[in-house]
Amino acid sequence: MNTVKLVAVFAENRPGQAARITDILARANINIRCITVATSGDYGVVKLLVNDPDLACRALNQSGIAATLIDVIAVEMADKPGALHSVAQCLATQDINLANTFGFVVNNRAILVLEVQDSTLAGEVLKKQGLRVLTQQEMLSI
Amino acid sequence: MFWHQEIESLDRTTLETLQLQRLRETVGKLEKVPFYCGKFLENGITPQEIKSMADIRRLPFTTAADLRNNYPDSLLAVPREQVLRLHTSSGTTGKPKALFFSRRDLDSAAELIARAFCMTGVTRRDVFQNMMSYGLFTGGLMMHYGAEKVGCMVIPSGPGTSERQLMLMQDFGTTVVHITPSYAFYFADFLEKKGVNPRKELALRKAFVGAEPYTEETRRKIEAALGIDVYNSYGLTEMNGPGVAFECEGKCGMHLWEDNFILEIINPATGQPVSEGETGELVLTSINREAMPLLRYRTRDLTSIIPGPCACGRTHRRIHRITGRSDDMFIVRGVNIFPQQIERVLMSIPQIGRNYLIQLDGIDDLTVKVELAPSAFDGEVGHLTDLQNLVAEKLRAEIWVRPKVDLLASGSLPVTEGKAKRVIDKRSL
Repeated sequence: MNTVKLVAVFAENRPGQAARITDILARANINIRCITVATSGDYGVVKLLVNDPDLACRALNQSGIAATLIDVIAVEMADKPGALHSVAQCLATQDINLANTFGFVVNNRAILVLEVQDSTLAGEVLKKQGLRVLTQQEMLSI
Repeated sequence: MFWHQEIESLDRTTLETLQLQRLRETVGKLEKVPFYCGKFLENGITPQEIKSMADIRRLPFTTAADLRNNYPDSLLAVPREQVLRLHTSSGTTGKPKALFFSRRDLDSAAELIARAFCMTGVTRRDVFQNMMSYGLFTGGLMMHYGAEKVGCMVIPSGPGTSERQLMLMQDFGTTVVHITPSYAFYFADFLEKKGVNPRKELALRKAFVGAEPYTEETRRKIEAALGIDVYNSYGLTEMNGPGVAFECEGKCGMHLWEDNFILEIINPATGQPVSEGETGELVLTSINREAMPLLRYRTRDLTSIIPGPCACGRTHRRIHRITGRSDDMFIVRGVNIFPQQIERVLMSIPQIGRNYLIQLDGIDDLTVKVELAPSAFDGEVGHLTDLQNLVAEKLRAEIWVRPKVDLLASGSLPVTEGKAKRVIDKRSL
């Protein structure tokens, strides 16, 4: 199954945390392709798509920062009205819940990155709809 | 006003003779208790060997550890059938300290409270609302029975639910309360927000404030906020609870009832008495208890004796308000807490690291700062919240107060060389 690995990082919700994390990644020569930050009260979670997730995780952990790898599904759809609805509807009929999710269009390509409980099931369902589920490599070369 | 004028203003010579006699009787009672008996035999102590008050220094100290080690009832000096009541004390890891009281003990305890009520001008025409926790805490029942002895109408409200406290005060004309200093502040605040002017709308005249140390400034603030007189009250479960020492109308130190307790102030490091008027650790010997008397109990509270006579005519000496502890214990909302209790809980939770910090601020805010163990992070924000709640709940179960828990990144907290300073107390009580 084509899943993509993101690096999830724990940080306190105060100034300087993003700077600290990106400093460590820069020194390890990591290139960040996507980033989301979700905060809840005193802390938050930073999720990153990077060119080398295992190295990124190691570098962060070695500096005492809690980081872990998580699996997400990256699905590509047409860049036109109704395309996202179609995907959402498809998942709904199979009772699949979207957890943390983000989407964007780059170079006329519309990509949705989603966290779900069962990546394998979600991937199969989307493929049956004729949608393209991207590999890690494909995600990194958008 | 005196509850028992003769005893309260007994001349020092007669009082000291009484103390000596009661000390001998207490040593005699304790010969039945294996813990004390062993120590007496080691040092050749018998009641007859106690010839003067100075001989008290030949008697062993008793510590909180001794109470824990003799839990549940190895320090009992009478048969169980004679015990009427059990109270326990917070502030220990694992088992609490257990104190037993016979009918006579409960009467003597109530007597001391009655003296306290009277000397602050409370009479049977007063309405007393006991806003301290009932149950195992002595602040509830001990004060309650003392108040009944005086003849007050007693409202056993316990703490909290300020709306109901106010309703009781308005409907039943409460004149006197027993309350912690932190709750007194909250309550004054609550009245202000409700637009209730205590001076005009309530019959409150006096508050007995204790269970945690507070400053003279805090006393004045509470008095100003509620329009009442505040009297300082000192006690500990091991010595009946409230009523060991109390302020008279002069509000210039707390009279400690020397016909019931022998008072010593020692240097906590050496165990030797300090010089006159110097601050040291308060050590108390109960000389009017039969179920579980205690000799030279190390209270860990720091204070000093106020020299000279009191204008009220009472000859039982006064001690200063408690200025600190000779150990790590701190008190939040009237509950004794040791950092070690918190540490024990934190060490049992694998998702957090070994380093922690306890912060006290505001009036009674307790925050425990912990670090997330990197291996425990799974990327889910919701799980972090769950962990915070788990830590708070486990701490609450151990220390009886629910703290705020701050989850920090590993390595955020200072790491000190040598003994770590675990508690930062910035409170303004």
